[in-house]
Amino acid sequence: MRSTLSMRDRLTHWLPRLVLSPSLVAVFIGVYLFIAWTGWISLSSSKMVPKYDFVGLEQYIRLWATPRWETAVVNLFLFTVLFLAITIAIGLLIAILLDQRVRAEGFLRAVYLYPMALSFIVTGTAWKWILNPDLGVEKVVNDLGWSGFVFDWITRPDTAIYCVVIAAVWQSTGFAMAIFLAGLRGIDTSIIKAAQIEGAGLPRIYMSIIVPMLRPAFLSVIVLLSYISIKSFDLVLALTNAGPGNATEMPSTFMFSATFRRNQMGVGAASAMMMLMTVAAIIVPYLYSELRESRNEH
Amino acid sequence: MNTEANSARRSHLLGRLFIYGSLLALAAFYLMPLWVMIVTSLKSLDEIYAGSFVGLPKAITFEAWEKAWGQACIGTACDGLRPYFINSLLMVIPAVILSTGIGAINGYILTKWRFPGSNFFFGMLLFGCFLPFQAVILPMAQLLGSLRLSGTIPGLVLVHTVYGISFTTLFFRNYFITIPDELTRAAQIDGAGFFRIFFSVMLPAALPIIVVSCIWQFTQIWNDFLFGVSFTAGQSSPITVALNNIVNVTMGRKQYNVDMAAAMIAAIPTLVVYIVAGRYFVRGLTAGAVKG
Amino acid sequence: MSTLEIDRVRKSYGIHEVLKEVSISIGTGDFLVLLGPSGCGKSTLLNMIAGLDSITGGEIRIAGKVVNDLSPKDRDIAMVFQSYALYPTMTVRQNIEFGMKIRGITPPERDKAVRTAADLLQMSHLLDRKPSQLSGGQRQRVAMGRAIVRQPKLFLFDEPLSNLDAKLRVDMRTEIKRLHARLGTTIVYVTHDQIEAMTLATRVAVMKDGVVQQLDEPQVVYDRPANVYVAKFVGSPSMNIIPGVLEVQGTVVSAVVDIAKRGSARISGVAVSPETARKYAGKRVLVGIRPENFSIAAGDIRPTLTVDVDVVEPTGPDTLVVFHCSGAEVTARLPPKQASAGREAALCVDTSKVVIFDADTENRID
Repeated sequence: MRSTLSMRDRLTHWLPRLVLSPSLVAVFIGVYLFIAWTGWISLSSSKMVPKYDFVGLEQYIRLWATPRWETAVVNLFLFTVLFLAITIAIGLLIAILLDQRVRAEGFLRAVYLYPMALSFIVTGTAWKWILNPDLGVEKVVNDLGWSGFVFDWITRPDTAIYCVVIAAVWQSTGFAMAIFLAGLRGIDTSIIKAAQIEGAGLPRIYMSIIVPMLRPAFLSVIVLLSYISIKSFDLVLALTNAGPGNATEMPSTFMFSATFRRNQMGVGAASAMMMLMTVAAIIVPYLYSELRESRNEH
Repeated sequence: MNTEANSARRSHLLGRLFIYGSLLALAAFYLMPLWVMIVTSLKSLDEIYAGSFVGLPKAITFEAWEKAWGQACIGTACDGLRPYFINSLLMVIPAVILSTGIGAINGYILTKWRFPGSNFFFGMLLFGCFLPFQAVILPMAQLLGSLRLSGTIPGLVLVHTVYGISFTTLFFRNYFITIPDELTRAAQIDGAGFFRIFFSVMLPAALPIIVVSCIWQFTQIWNDFLFGVSFTAGQSSPITVALNNIVNVTMGRKQYNVDMAAAMIAAIPTLVVYIVAGRYFVRGLTAGAVKG
Repeated sequence: MSTLEIDRVRKSYGIHEVLKEVSISIGTGDFLVLLGPSGCGKSTLLNMIAGLDSITGGEIRIAGKVVNDLSPKDRDIAMVFQSYALYPTMTVRQNIEFGMKIRGITPPERDKAVRTAADLLQMSHLLDRKPSQLSGGQRQRVAMGRAIVRQPKLFLFDEPLSNLDAKLRVDMRTEIKRLHARLGTTIVYVTHDQIEAMTLATRVAVMKDGVVQQLDEPQVVYDRPANVYVAKFVGSPSMNIIPGVLEVQGTVVSAVVDIAKRGSARISGVAVSPETARKYAGKRVLVGIRPENFSIAAGDIRPTLTVDVDVVEPTGPDTLVVFHCSGAEVTARLPPKQASAGREAALCVDTSKVVIFDADTENRID
């Protein structure tokens, strides 16, 4: 019966797949094949140029024996925890405040969000200037009369990472706010009214009813901010250039300098694979659950 | 007057005061860096070193802007940011058009012409939105080399298009899925084919998401640093790379005013887009968190 | 000539069978309503007629021509959708013209066709508006206008009224009926609303789980439902199904039912054939009685059954009286103010309208 289909109908049948195929090929090569390729290099003895031999997990062993990588991992952990906690706290606070039917909400929202439109390089440049102790915030406060005030975090190896946190929080709060606000706007206001009739105060209503209802928004924010923190590269480079020394090294900067500056392509690839696995461990379950939920909805 | 009503009014007033106070304080914090950047870029270097940080400039001078735009040294060349600004434009315009166009037709296929395996393909594509690009830089550098596109603008266009497809497809898929399938069915009965339905029915209806996608892609590609710094060198770099080079010059007295002017120049295109079309920008931003 | 024959048509998605050997055939000018709850396969069947869904097995013939492998545009059909499916960026005129443009019809002819359709549906003043500027009823008209200009052999309607509010739905129903009378085109119409089916159809196919339960004229479907499912689906309030026993005394066949606390009641003179009566004598059956076939026993007439009234629901023209019988809840439609809750009521039954079903298969027995 199929044979009676005309040439034209058969073309119509295959056309969508045909049109989609270049994207399929591009993504297959650009994402999956390239990941495999990086994976292979991470198992080879590549240094300055790629070599396609096999040395097992040697590069990974070398990677984990590098103190610099250890610093990077510790920094990433510290950075992620602080960055997420502060961004979520401030983002949620702003979202809740904005949800109280305030005037000029549109303007305020725009103010909190505009840093998201900037490049991390611009953010880094600006904050580098603000945080510099000679002429920046420290000096301003000193000039105001509080001469004992010291704010030299960016110059000290043990505190420079907190500067990265500050700049990253500044840039990303708007994003968390936008998602929380969308979540709040999606909540049926009659729930708030019902709780008010039962005599609950506004802080109480938020703590025990509204915030728990924002669970999907929390999930999204946590996943997406984690992703931002793992791949954050430009900000560190522009703000501290991974220094002082290598005090603010992150996996992303480590990967870059190992690969392009220090001719350790194998180690660089191994670090890239570590980053990929970390992201995949967070993102894949998230995507899976999002897709499954949306399937149930239909 | 009733005391109960009185105290209720007072606590309401206090609440409002707290809300507006917090919101304004936070707004000041978020605006401060932009303010500092602008005033610093308008000051002379002497004034800056004399210790003026947040205050208005005593005398407004555009010297730093002129320097950043046309004279600042990047590597060995001292032509300012201008050539790199043009590089970024030459990169961003084709990449935005290509990735948005491809995303549009992909989204159309994935919602209105579903076939066995199309959902799997979408899942595969979606992971591309969250790819840490470090995992593909090395092979991509190799590929660009073998295509003789290393260090060129077309090379960057290619890279940004390939890795932009994931996001743009997500945008259009999530948009088209809200358009009833009956619309394509009606068009089919009217005799319209695959492309006719796309161009006459779907695309005109997709105007808002086209704007969202263009803005998102423009911001992402303009602000990209990793691909720029990995795949280009010297004269072919995009503006973010050039900015970073200006700022990280270590010779001589640091010219903070030029740094800030340069940062502003790099920031202005995306800021303008944000101010003009902020609504669409937010939609793009939250799209990654909205169910697929 | 525009007949439609659906010949042992099947549809399955993998192992999941949506339609099981459906056969329906209607003549030129018929108005076929596919009636059933969501998921019964009625919309799938309509899409298969339209060519929007592939056919797993069997044949569909329009005007005698097998259309299984024809694309929608070559089947000479037009379709009106539930969501109207108007192209949002085009004006009403462009919406109506779109198909003609694709078929290469010249502008003057297109213009004439648009004008005729607009006159017929009284929407000439809407031609330059966008769909978003129209009300639900107006959108519905445009969707019909778009279908009319094709002058198809077959009109397909997919739940066209379910997005409208109650009042408008009634108006548009009349409009569709008028259109059918005027154009005389064969129509296939999908709905889950039994009133639409009753008012519009010349033929109703009641569907459930991918199987046609009954295909007949609406009145026949109403009076002589093929099984308990159809009996309950068509009519509102639905037909009362009361468990009982069939009794035969000479030539008189009766159905005996229980009234709580009052013993049994005998509904005599049930119309079944002598063979059936013999076969089912003394056996359990289901007795089907429409609410309006009850009446108050007045004057000398001996009541068929006396019951204790549970609930009384006045609807205006008449009152629904609810009571229990053989453990089933029974609704009677009576004139207003003839019964009150908690009191007893003496009722008669129009025995000629009573339908008997097999207790196990639930199919009607004659």
